[in-house]
Amino acid sequence: MSQMNVSFFATCLVDQVYPQAGLAAMDLLERLGVAVEFDLRQTCCGQPAFNSGYRQEACRVARSLLEIFCESERIVVPSGSCATMIKCYLPSLFSEGSPEWESAREIGARTFELSDFLVNILGITETGATFAEKVTFHDSCHQLRELGISQQPRTLIKHVKGIQFVELEDANRCCGFGGTFAVKFDEVSAAIGNDKVGRIRESGADYVVANDVSCLMHLDGLLKRQGIGVKTMHLAELLIK
Amino acid sequence: MIEIKPNIPGALANQQLQRNLKHTLTGSLESRNAAVAAVPNWQDLRNHARQVKLHTLERLDLYLERLETKIEANGGKVVWAEDTAAAVAAIVEIARSRSARKVVKSKSMLTEEIHLNPALEDAGLDVVETDLGEYIVQLCGEVPSHLVTPALHKSKEEVAELFIEKLGMTPTDDIGELTQAARRVLRQHFLSADVGISGVNFAVAETGTLVVVENEGNARLSTSVPRTHIAIMGIEKVIPRVSDLAVFLKLLIRSATGQKVTSYINLISGPRRAGEVDGPEEFYLILVDNGRTKVHSDLHFRQSLACIRCGICLNVCPVFQKIGGHAYGSVYQGPIGSVLTPQFLSESVAPQHPFASSLCGACKEICPVKIEIPDLLLELRQRVQEKTTKGRPFGEKAAMIVWAWMMTSPFRYKLASWLVTRIARRFISKGKPLLNFPPLSAWQKKRDLPPIPARSLKELYRARGGRK
Repeated sequence: MSQMNVSFFATCLVDQVYPQAGLAAMDLLERLGVAVEFDLRQTCCGQPAFNSGYRQEACRVARSLLEIFCESERIVVPSGSCATMIKCYLPSLFSEGSPEWESAREIGARTFELSDFLVNILGITETGATFAEKVTFHDSCHQLRELGISQQPRTLIKHVKGIQFVELEDANRCCGFGGTFAVKFDEVSAAIGNDKVGRIRESGADYVVANDVSCLMHLDGLLKRQGIGVKTMHLAELLIK
Repeated sequence: MIEIKPNIPGALANQQLQRNLKHTLTGSLESRNAAVAAVPNWQDLRNHARQVKLHTLERLDLYLERLETKIEANGGKVVWAEDTAAAVAAIVEIARSRSARKVVKSKSMLTEEIHLNPALEDAGLDVVETDLGEYIVQLCGEVPSHLVTPALHKSKEEVAELFIEKLGMTPTDDIGELTQAARRVLRQHFLSADVGISGVNFAVAETGTLVVVENEGNARLSTSVPRTHIAIMGIEKVIPRVSDLAVFLKLLIRSATGQKVTSYINLISGPRRAGEVDGPEEFYLILVDNGRTKVHSDLHFRQSLACIRCGICLNVCPVFQKIGGHAYGSVYQGPIGSVLTPQFLSESVAPQHPFASSLCGACKEICPVKIEIPDLLLELRQRVQEKTTKGRPFGEKAAMIVWAWMMTSPFRYKLASWLVTRIARRFISKGKPLLNFPPLSAWQKKRDLPPIPARSLKELYRARGGRK
C-alpha cells in the first residue's frame, strides 16, 4: 500500500500553548507510517470569533484556512472542537452553492479528528505506547455530540501497555470551558468545571486525558489552583509514550 | 433589559438551591433515561414529531383556522389575541361579564408570559394557582423556576415552613401530609371558583380537541367545575390530527417527567352538552400570538416554535444545573428560554441569554423534537453583537477585528506568536499573571493560567528541521 499523506492542522491553541501535544501527534502519525505535512502558513479555524457571534471575522479566517488546505488529501486535527468547526460549521459561513461553500464542504469531508483518523482510516487500535499509570478520559462535547466520536479514543487508550484505564463518571458531561463562555460566565464555567474535578478525583486516576487541549487547559487551571495533583494530558502525548 | 450575570453569584452561593437543583435534576434525568430506554424507536418518534411540527408550522394558518372552525362547531368560542394586552383584556372581559370573583388556574407558562395573575388581581379577582408547584410559588410571591416543575428550587423543608406559616398546618416534612394540606385548601377553591383558566399542551385541528396533560387532577377540576373555562395557548401548539397525539404524548411525558403516562390526560372538546352531567357551561379558547408570528416569519428560527415545553433541555443543561431558573430573569429559562426570550422580547432586551451556554449540545441531543438549540444560540449571538457594536467597533468587536487581521496572514500570526512566547510568558508566574486585566482576570479568579512555552509548535518544528 502506498504511503498515506496527511496535512496536519495543529490549531492555534496547540501551536501557542501546547506545542508538545502537536509534536506528539505528528511524531505518532509518522511512527505509524503516515507522511505528515505541516504547513507553517496555518493559523486558526475561526472558532473564537464564530462562537462569539463575529461571523464576518470568522469568515475571513476560514477563507485563509481553505486556501491553505484546498490541495490536501486528508487533514488531521488533534482537537474534536476545531475538527467540528471545520467539518460542521465552516460551510455555513459561506453562501450556499458558492465556490467557497463547495470548497468548505470538500475540506470538511477530508478532515479528521486524530483518534478517529487512527482508528477508522488507518485501522489502528494499538500505537505501541507503554504507560503504567491510572488514567481516565473526558469526552469533549463537540467531538462527542457533533462528530459522534467516543469509542475511538477509548480503544486506543485501553491498548496502551501497562495502563490502568478507569471510566470517568459523567464523562460525557461538559467540563464548562465553552470558549469565550469561560471568561464571559467565568463563575458558572468554573462551577461546572469543579463538578468535573470532583468526578476526576473520585475516579482515583492520576491522569485525565482528552482530545481537546481547551478542555484540558480549563481543567488543569482548576486542578492546579486547588493544589490537586492529577495531571492533564492530550491523547497524542499518551499514545506516543 | 433582563440580565443574567448579576444573579449568578447569589445562585452559586445559595447552598440550599444547589442541593435542590442537584437532587431534583439528577433524579428527573435518571427517570427520563429509563423511560426512554424502554422505547426502541425513540429516534424515529423524534424525527416523526419534528416533521409533523415543521409541517404544521408551514401551514399554520390552515390548521389554526381548522381548529377555530371545529371549536366553534363544538360550542366553544375562539378569541385571537395579538399581544399581551389583547390576551389579558379578553380574559378580564370574560370574567367581568360573568361577575366572577374567583379564578382557579391550572398550569400555564403562557399566562406567566402575559403576566396574567397581577392583571386579574388588579381587576379585583381572587386568583388561585392549583398546580401544587405553582401554588407553592404563588404563596411565596415568586415566579416558576422551571417549565414543568415550577417549585424546583424549593426543598420539602422549605415547603413545610411555608405551609406552616401560610396555611397554619401542624409542623411536618412528610410530603404526603403537605400535599394533603394543599389539597384540602385547593378543593374549596375549585368548588367556589367562577372561572377556570388552563393552558394547553396540544390542540388538535382535526377535531377541535384541547389536550391538557397533568398528574394532580387539578387541571381536570379547573376545566370542568367552574361555570366558565378559558383555555389559553400560543398559536404554535396546534397539531393536525388525533393520530399525531400518540407520538407527541409519548415524547412529552417521558421527557418531562420520566413517566410512561401521566395520571390524567384531559381531552377537552367544548362546553357541557345537553344531557351531560358535568363540564363548564361555556368554553373559550384564547389563541395568543405575542411575538410568535415574528418568529414564524424568520425561517432560521421557525423551528424554535416546535418546542413542546417538556423542560428536558433545562434538566440536562450544565448551566441551568448550576444557576437554576430564576437567575435567567425571564419567564422561559434554560437553553430553550435563551432561544425564545431574545426573540419574543428582542435581542437588546435579553442580550446575555444567547451567551449563557457552553454550547455543549446536550440540549440538542436530548430534545424530543430535535430543535437545534446551539445553532440557534450561535445565530442569536451574531444578532446581538451586530446590534450592540453597530457603528461602535470598540471592546470585543475591536479585539475580534485585530484578531482576524492577525490570523489571516502567516507573517502577522508569527509576529503575534513571537509576542506571546517572548513577552507575554514573562508576565505569567506560576499560573498567575503579573498583569491582571480582562479577560485574563476572569479566567484566573478560579483557575491558574497555563504556562506559556518558550517556543511555539511552529518554531520547535522549524528548529528540528521539519520532519523528524
